Amino acid sequence: MFGIETLGGPVGAVVLIGIVLLEAIVLYVGYGALERFLGPRIARLLRGE
Amino acid sequence: MNMELFGIAVSLLGLFVGFGVLIGLLFGFFGMGGSFLVTPALLVMGYPTDVAVASGLAFVFGTSVIATLKHRDLGQVDYKLGVLMIAGTTAGIEVGRIGLHFMQDLGVANTFVSVTYVALLGGIGAFITRNALTDGDGGLSHDAEAEEPSEEELPEIAQTIQSYEIPPMMSLRGGVTVSLWMILLVAFATGLLSGLLGVGGGFIRMPALFYLVGVPVPVAVGTDLFEIVFSGGIGSFLYAMDGAVDLTIVAPLLAGSAFGARLGAAATSIVEEEEIKVYFGVMLLLGAVAVAVREVGGLVEMPILDMVSLIIILGAATLVSGAIVVSSIRELRSKGQAKPQLAD
Repeated sequence: MFGIETLGGPVGAVVLIGIVLLEAIVLYVGYGALERFLGPRIARLLRGE
Repeated sequence: MNMELFGIAVSLLGLFVGFGVLIGLLFGFFGMGGSFLVTPALLVMGYPTDVAVASGLAFVFGTSVIATLKHRDLGQVDYKLGVLMIAGTTAGIEVGRIGLHFMQDLGVANTFVSVTYVALLGGIGAFITRNALTDGDGGLSHDAEAEEPSEEELPEIAQTIQSYEIPPMMSLRGGVTVSLWMILLVAFATGLLSGLLGVGGGFIRMPALFYLVGVPVPVAVGTDLFEIVFSGGIGSFLYAMDGAVDLTIVAPLLAGSAFGARLGAAATSIVEEEEIKVYFGVMLLLGAVAVAVREVGGLVEMPILDMVSLIIILGAATLVSGAIVVSSIRELRSKGQAKPQLAD
């Protein structure tokens, strides 16, 4: 995936863990924004308002 | 035709995202209990053991980063306690690892690990279920405002541990004061179990922080997650050096679980937690049954029991996640219906 397979050893491991960390932070920020934007609307919808 | 995206079949990608949502929901709601589903599922799907363990660890690392950030925003991470726990746990894991090698030489390691794992999972599950059914205090309260538990709310064992005033004393979040040595002792003991059983230990450490050290549940969850960032990060780094971490598994699982964790965390402020506590305890109990079934399968060489074990785990997880979603929607609807009546 993304050509990471070609990297090996400690460098490959650092890149891979870095990608997981980056994805986690992007998801945290992205879903956070989505929750702020859509959360109240969905809650209102479920409450039948 | 089987379409591929990022070198993985779209159907498999969807399966991982969906599975991630399920795990995230449990993780977001309980702060634990989701990650032990990943490795067995990957093993049953036919992935090699090292890939299943390594990818499971990398996933736990990513999930714990997201969850720790969330708990940090809520002021529920005690860094001082976290660092002490990391130190004590690391020493415990090392001693546990040596003990496991010793037992391997004696030829009793597999039996010991299986029996202890089942007993521990089942024991904690039975304890939480019994408490939830009897006095309603399963130790999983989400009431973040109950930051400072009163003497009566504090578990008896935690009161005893806090009564040993061996200096230096440490002040922790939630107004708790405990001896440094007691914290290290608890950390060492949980690390020892992790090292012996070869598990991350979240399901041991979180209850230990609450029941033994006596910190409020939200702080216990936040601090435990902070520790998992380090243990998961180091573990997955070591496995990644051997090329065992598969990003095509980790990335979609993480995308799904981050979403599920949002839903789970939101549900904590909506759902009547008493009914869910029982489900959680039952889920751990079923987890113990599933592990026991898998071990029996290995013993009598019946691979079908691996599948039965996975079905039990997935069934229990789906049941609890479903209960959380249904209870949340029911609560929201009942609040929506109650509002106009109040206005009249």
